[in-house]
Amino acid sequence: MLNVSRETILNCLLALTLLVVPFIALSLDEPFYVTLATRVAIYALAGVGLNLALGLGGLISFGHAAFFGIGGYAVGILASHALNYEPHFSSPFELEGTTQMLILWLVAMIVSGLAALIIGLFSLRTSGVYFIMITLAFAQMIYYFAISWPAYGGEDGLSIYVRNGFPGVNTLIPINFFLITFGVLMSALFLVATLRNSRFGAALQAARQNEDRLSAVGIKPFNIRLATFVISAMITGLAGALFADLNRFVSPNMLSWHTSGEIMVFVILGGVGRLFGPVAGAALFILFEFIFGGLTEHWMFFLGLVLLAVVLFARGGLIGSLAGKVRYD
Amino acid sequence: MSVLLNVSKIETFYGPSQALFGVDLTVGRGEVVALMGRNGMGKSTTIASICGLEKYVNGTVVFDGTDLETLPSHKIARLGVGLVPEGRRCFPNLTVYENLIAAARPGNWTLARVNALFPRLQERYKQYANTLSGGEQQMLAVGRALMTNPTLLILDEATEGLAPVIRNEIWQSIRDLKAEGQSILIVDKTLSELKPIADKCVILEKGQTVWQGTSADLTRDIENRYLGV
Repeated sequence: MLNVSRETILNCLLALTLLVVPFIALSLDEPFYVTLATRVAIYALAGVGLNLALGLGGLISFGHAAFFGIGGYAVGILASHALNYEPHFSSPFELEGTTQMLILWLVAMIVSGLAALIIGLFSLRTSGVYFIMITLAFAQMIYYFAISWPAYGGEDGLSIYVRNGFPGVNTLIPINFFLITFGVLMSALFLVATLRNSRFGAALQAARQNEDRLSAVGIKPFNIRLATFVISAMITGLAGALFADLNRFVSPNMLSWHTSGEIMVFVILGGVGRLFGPVAGAALFILFEFIFGGLTEHWMFFLGLVLLAVVLFARGGLIGSLAGKVRYD
Repeated sequence: MSVLLNVSKIETFYGPSQALFGVDLTVGRGEVVALMGRNGMGKSTTIASICGLEKYVNGTVVFDGTDLETLPSHKIARLGVGLVPEGRRCFPNLTVYENLIAAARPGNWTLARVNALFPRLQERYKQYANTLSGGEQQMLAVGRALMTNPTLLILDEATEGLAPVIRNEIWQSIRDLKAEGQSILIVDKTLSELKPIADKCVILEKGQTVWQGTSADLTRDIENRYLGV
């Protein structure tokens, strides 16, 4: 008999639901829900990035907003130059802006990856609460930098007048843009699943379980963690790029510590270290915002209660309580 | 026989308290050396110092022609020192297979050979290490060290706390390894098994080497004096 775990079935159901909901919404002529689903996919993608570092590597980064925001600003800056026909610089060669998503994504990922490399080089020398604080400090530095940088909007943020293009697709149609984000999310999940089952993934989890033991077999935990941190940041940076395109607007809010906290909430609500945890978490978050946000301004209060309940009673998050704990069999 | 590992007069401290006061030992290529001594005499500290997990302050450790003093533990492991730490330390939340491949390096030892040495492991490939019995975890720890293709295998209390049947299996595998010419530095309390295997014995007392010689030279008198048996 084919051996499929409950978690796999649950994951497929989640992916399928996320894919189907916008189409149902369209058929009911409720296009608003398409945008809602797109937000779920983007938030989930940001969470997938953090989950790689947090769930598999045990790296509690409280600064992933930095990468989310850097990804967003990369898109905002490049697109605004392209739309204003102003090159970024003209000597020694002329560098034009661009409105091509594929190039924008690449730039967003490279820049967030580089930022993570630098942040990681410093912060990964620490662990525990110091790691949390250093990642937070770096993110706040970038946040205040963005606020005080008038060239790209400063505190007001930066508008992107036209949604960027994707080869052969009209990205202004919400369902098309949703399908793009959904595709990116699935690719990222596939990448994380592949990494998790590779030697790299085994060594990463080993580093979380015992550093000394890992170095005694010849692997330097620092290098593995740094690579993970960079990949994790690139995924979150890509989410930031998509978020900028969804709203056609970037602001320093994307970089603030609230955003770091929210990304962490997606991961914890859904289940730390579970492949589809961030997807479930982001969906729950948006649902909460939508349902309770319509009733009261203080919907975050109820979210806090749920988060408290998850942390106290359902450590595996939503995925954990539905699919059971990770079985060590 | 050429010298593979030469430990000379090393001194190691834990904070302000000194644990090693000058340990000497050598392991030749293809040799099995037993490191003996009562509890608390510095056997595990000596091993930790060789592997770079504790830093020694005086003395030298030369492995395969390289001075290990400034090297971090992962580089020492890469030079070919494979440690099986005390207390069956596998990675508990990795499967048997993941434990074996995570640190594998190319060489003579492959998954197939580890499986041949410990057939039980292959039966439990997909199990998480923390669900294995003590003996199986010990086999996994040895297997994991072998997968790094070490020139020198260091076994710290590899048979401690195991059922007699399992112990025999582990001892048999150590004898098999010796027959293949694997250099081994071994710490164990079971003298009756250790003596026939060891080419050489080194006895520590209070952090110092107090006696070295072949197993044949290890008389009852010396055992009584240093090992309390």
